[in-house]
Amino acid sequence: MQLHYLTAHQLHDMLVSKQISAEELTRAVFDRIEQVEEKIRAYVTLTQEQALELARQVDKARLAGETLPLLAGIPVAIKDNMCTKGVRTTCASKILYNYIPPYNATVMERLNEARAVMLGKTNLDEFAMGSSCENSAFFTTCNPWDTNRVPGGSSGGSAAAVAAGEAILALGSDTGGSIRQPASFCGVVGMKPTYGAVSRYGLVAYASSLDQIGPFARDVTDCAMLLNVICGHDPLDSTSAPYDVPDYTAFLSGDIKGTKIGVPREYMGEGIDPAVKEVIQKAIDVYTGLGAIVEETTLPHSEYALPAYYLIAPAEASSNLARYDGVRYGYRAGEAEDLVNMFMQTRSEGFGAEVKRRIMLGTYALSAGYYDAYYNKALKVRTLIKDDFDRALEQYDLLLGPTAPVTAFKRGEKVDDPLQMYMVDICTLAVNLAGIPAISIPAGMVDNLPVGLQLIGRPFGEGDILRAAYAFEQNTDHHRKLPE
Amino acid sequence: MAHYEAVIGLEVHVELKTNTKIFCHSSTEFGADPNHHVCPVCLGLPGVLPVVNKKVVEYAVKAGLALNCQIAAFSKFDRKNYYYPDLPKNYQISQYDLPIAEHGHLEINVNGANKYIGITRVHMEEDAGKLVHQGTISTTPYSLVDYNRTGVPLIEIVSEPDMSSADEAVAYLEKLKAIIQYTGVSDCKMQEGSLRCDANISVRPVGQAELGTKAEIKNMNSFKALHKAVSYEIERQIEVLEDGERVVQETRTWDEARGETFSMRSKEEAHDYRYFPDPDLAPLVIDREWVNEIKASLPELPDERRDRFVKVYGLPEYDAMVLTGTRELADYYEQCVELYNNPKLVSNWVMGDLARMMNVSGQEIQDLRISPHQLAKMLELLDKGTISGKIAKTVFEEMFKTGKDPGKVVEEKGLVQISDAGLIDKVVEEVIAANPKSVEDYRAGKEKAIGFLVGQVMKSTKGKANPGLVNELLKEKLGK
Repeated sequence: MQLHYLTAHQLHDMLVSKQISAEELTRAVFDRIEQVEEKIRAYVTLTQEQALELARQVDKARLAGETLPLLAGIPVAIKDNMCTKGVRTTCASKILYNYIPPYNATVMERLNEARAVMLGKTNLDEFAMGSSCENSAFFTTCNPWDTNRVPGGSSGGSAAAVAAGEAILALGSDTGGSIRQPASFCGVVGMKPTYGAVSRYGLVAYASSLDQIGPFARDVTDCAMLLNVICGHDPLDSTSAPYDVPDYTAFLSGDIKGTKIGVPREYMGEGIDPAVKEVIQKAIDVYTGLGAIVEETTLPHSEYALPAYYLIAPAEASSNLARYDGVRYGYRAGEAEDLVNMFMQTRSEGFGAEVKRRIMLGTYALSAGYYDAYYNKALKVRTLIKDDFDRALEQYDLLLGPTAPVTAFKRGEKVDDPLQMYMVDICTLAVNLAGIPAISIPAGMVDNLPVGLQLIGRPFGEGDILRAAYAFEQNTDHHRKLPE
Repeated sequence: MAHYEAVIGLEVHVELKTNTKIFCHSSTEFGADPNHHVCPVCLGLPGVLPVVNKKVVEYAVKAGLALNCQIAAFSKFDRKNYYYPDLPKNYQISQYDLPIAEHGHLEINVNGANKYIGITRVHMEEDAGKLVHQGTISTTPYSLVDYNRTGVPLIEIVSEPDMSSADEAVAYLEKLKAIIQYTGVSDCKMQEGSLRCDANISVRPVGQAELGTKAEIKNMNSFKALHKAVSYEIERQIEVLEDGERVVQETRTWDEARGETFSMRSKEEAHDYRYFPDPDLAPLVIDREWVNEIKASLPELPDERRDRFVKVYGLPEYDAMVLTGTRELADYYEQCVELYNNPKLVSNWVMGDLARMMNVSGQEIQDLRISPHQLAKMLELLDKGTISGKIAKTVFEEMFKTGKDPGKVVEEKGLVQISDAGLIDKVVEEVIAANPKSVEDYRAGKEKAIGFLVGQVMKSTKGKANPGLVNELLKEKLGK
């Protein structure tokens, strides 16, 4: 077996028993990157020298007899919207093409403490706005299962990197499905934690009330390990929750007898590809076979999630992205005649079409005379959606359904039709509006393309989700399938 | 003008005297090198998040309580969106519909009449940075930005439109400044910009219920400027109406050099700030207990102190009002009275010579060389007759300038009063001999002539003779 396709927990054992060194492992992954990156294009920036140096330090520490954290020496890819001190952080946007942050995001600090090895920064839809990675200002990332297809988005680079063996683990961010949907398309595990579980400090904001950082991994155990590192209160983030982070690997017992699982009928109805539905149905059978109680339930306001999301997220984005004006850093349009023109030209040239579309949507939604009809109404709908989940999760331990209504689509297929593109996220958006955790795990294939199963849990119920995900994984082998 | 009345409301920004900024740990120190007190958070770099400084909330609550406001149980921060290079995020974190304090008032006294001015609200916000233009804003080839001030905590205090003259506007601002200074939450230095004031002004015919169209006046950097700008604007608007035209709703700036206001932008160009709740900051839930603790920590405020001065020291209302105008002045006065128990005499000196000399030198109480202890000692010398009232003024001046003890000044300058009758007697004889005409006048019944003779004695003793004694001796010698 090649090192680059092993899991973090397997590699950890090999590192501890000194079968391999961290440097060897890092080199192996960079060899793999060299081999396939031309086809996949998962990375915006690679940090090979820095990675090898870190790996050598880990090896040295281990030789010196130090007991190291579980992720010490494990290669990790970082979505390029998380600030990395001294390493370019672009958000896949022309407007930040040359931006080098002077500080680390809190998740980076945690990874450094855990002595994980950053491989580089992965591609995304510009400012995390998109579902296919096609909105990157630089290039499109390809799906390792079929390079004519998209990896999903916006964290497509991180998902593709893990799927293609170009990283062992990765971090993504999820505002409306941006971790789970690419995880589904690329056949890996991806989790969006509860809003407030992981610090957003240093995550370049798209929609502050929805953004959440989370892990990509090749199996549920790795996902739990990475979650252990990144979760927890951060005094630098007022929206991060003060709570005792459990050891998430302790939930991986495999026993889910008696667990009550609800299947919202809205997630298995119209708009869901029948072949995808079939895969999910088989997953339900697995759970039933394991002694879980699976029943149909309802989230009656589901159809309003998408319109509410496309008012709230753009409204916040219109304000969050106002700072990119060419004054202090990043791209600045040349030779503007005055200040206002400098602002306008910089932003016209620096942002891509989808980002501009959302800034305009959001500006409109917040404007005098429209605020109540749009933004405020959307907030009310958000409350109704939250109530739906509260009610359903009072009755059920978990909710289950497809992560995405379809499998990975072809590049270019939806770029000219934003609404079609937005529809790809109908199963994931509502979870962000409710602020609750959810995972996508590989559940089967349709025409040799992966299908993700989504499990949704209660606030801070990551452990319950992982327990059920792990039980499924133990009784199937979908997660072991590898792309060509 | 008699048939128009003005309606004035003030919006006052006060910088809070916290050590660190409102949403980060950068220092708030004034006067540092440009862009010295900055960090990723106040620079608004990609990915940063604000965390509210609890001290700022405490100070805002304190100010709100001092202004008789109701403190909100639930308050939140909102984003005010507009583009300007001194605003690194291109939005300002402020408070929109749920400010920290509302429904307050303060009392002013103009020409002996008391009046309540309502306070609509007090809210917290972050200050912007400073643009440094090369020349004027319209001709500058480029501008530099200093972000030291970015994120310095401010409270904005909005009054009701309860004032109707420039005098009232100034009295309101003076009282507001005094109250805020008393609480200790701000220095309120207009020159350094830690107290800034905008005025909303409209006029209407007397008897008309409906308000006239208002203009907002900015850039008034002193109490004098406020008075001049408000007076000017009221007259301007009356003239506009008298000419049969309409006042335009607009923002106008006060030009100190030209002594007039001129238009900056009209309402049509006004911003839509697209306020919305800042999703990066959790709403503030204000604990009642905490508010009560802050309330208990409030010092005696100007009005209470004024009333106490009247009651305890028996001062006239006017003296008490002036002496309690700033906390420092009132403290100074009380320290003097503690050492020298003649409140009215101390008041006369503090409000008279001290105030006059401070005015001339431009000093504040905290810059004074002369201590309350020294002033008290000087008054004792006066009591004992060591120095005369006239000499006291000279001694005081010297003490004010040098900070020397009164005894030392008297000694150095040889200013001890001559109360030795024998010595004075000699001089009196000389003066009588040298001024036969005045002596004759006096004897002829011209009482006033004795004043001249006293003056001559004082002159030849360089003012050191005890004037009472001189008078007595002269009358005695000149007989009836």
